[in-house]
Amino acid sequence: MGSSLLSESLLVFRKDLQIERRSRVAMAQVAPFAFLVLIIFAFSLDGDLATLKRLTSGLYWIAVLFSALLIIQRAFTLESQDGVRDALRLSGLHPNAIFLGKTAAIFLQIVVIEILLGLGVVVFYSAELTGWGLLLATAAVAPVGIAAAGTLYGVLTAGLRVKETLLPILLLPALAPLLIAATRTSGSALGEVAVNGWSWFNFLAIFALLYVGLGLIAFTPLLEES
Amino acid sequence: MPESPHDPVIALRHAVVLLGRFPALAGADLTVNRGEVVLVSGPNGAGKTTLLRLCAGLSRLDDGTAHVLGHDVMTDRRAVRRAVGYLGHASGLYDDLTVADNVAFWAQAAGASKADATAAMNRLQLDGRLSDVPVALLSAGQRRRTGLAILLAQRPRLWLLDEPHAALDKAARDTLDQIIRQAAAGGAAVMIASHDHERAGALADRTLTLAGGHFVNADRVVANG
Repeated sequence: MGSSLLSESLLVFRKDLQIERRSRVAMAQVAPFAFLVLIIFAFSLDGDLATLKRLTSGLYWIAVLFSALLIIQRAFTLESQDGVRDALRLSGLHPNAIFLGKTAAIFLQIVVIEILLGLGVVVFYSAELTGWGLLLATAAVAPVGIAAAGTLYGVLTAGLRVKETLLPILLLPALAPLLIAATRTSGSALGEVAVNGWSWFNFLAIFALLYVGLGLIAFTPLLEES
Repeated sequence: MPESPHDPVIALRHAVVLLGRFPALAGADLTVNRGEVVLVSGPNGAGKTTLLRLCAGLSRLDDGTAHVLGHDVMTDRRAVRRAVGYLGHASGLYDDLTVADNVAFWAQAAGASKADATAAMNRLQLDGRLSDVPVALLSAGQRRRTGLAILLAQRPRLWLLDEPHAALDKAARDTLDQIIRQAAAGGAAVMIASHDHERAGALADRTLTLAGGHFVNADRVVANG
């Protein structure tokens, strides 16, 4: 069962990355969108570098979240097109393998966007990256929570006609605690705020674990019974 | 309930399926045995697609009993889904992936080997330059052939085919007919919903007519040529 779950998860993971490799939606559309969000924030603050530097963490994670939303939306649009949802249910793949495979593929795409946005805040906001250990740990764990929650809410809304509008309405409030924790953690690493960054990181890790666990419990009935 | 070789592949007793409050199946009784090809005909809205979806474990049974390959459709839909092959109106293919990618993915998902996937593609004449074409660029008939190749690679014990000849050219229709005959000869059961009585009727051992959500004729045995 364990190796079968792993091999089925890898099959779904590879398939999602193969779709991205062929369609290049994340790289050709989501990445430019992410940069646009960063630039628009800069415009809205009149290019005030001191303010931008002070708000770098918050603006960065909002840009990550909006970009992740597009990636998640796209990941479940694929599974709703032309009978694919039925085909998945008939496929014999264990729903938890689908959950893990899709979460992993979304995670990887978010990490790529994180790296690009990291370069973006250095270039556009003149941010100085410090506290690398905490920054890298946050950048590794926060997308696990975003991807797991996104996959869970994605399958919840995928069978509905109003999925495009419903997904952000459901997902953004669910991810609000993660946004706060990630902002605090990286704010602490960058010296923007005087908080204990590692205690906020622990919160992030618990959030990620919680949604992975919740996904493993709830994804099966959401896929099978909807 | 363990499946016995003598059990029917499909056993419906007074099966009711509601779509909202509308009874799409309103007390259907049906038995299909191994090696049988059954044609289900009837006007639009008669319940043909709902019947196939019920037997695929995709529609919920609201009343009556339904067993498919020994699995109770009411309580064990997942086991039913894993055991059947369903070709519906939608293709069930990823537009961004090529024909070869799609066949390989769905075949592997069902536990079939790469060799099975390749053989199925060859059989449906999807090898050569067509194999590397993204599904988004295919014609309706080519999509249909890709869906059939996936089914062929999966080798289900129950084939549920909704208008399988639609959009296919003559050569592909002939290939499909051969595949259906071979599947039945190999012990699989095949249920076809179709308006193409001439083509599908020639394949069928029995033709049943659905109207208003239930069968209106007694099972009729048709001599196949």
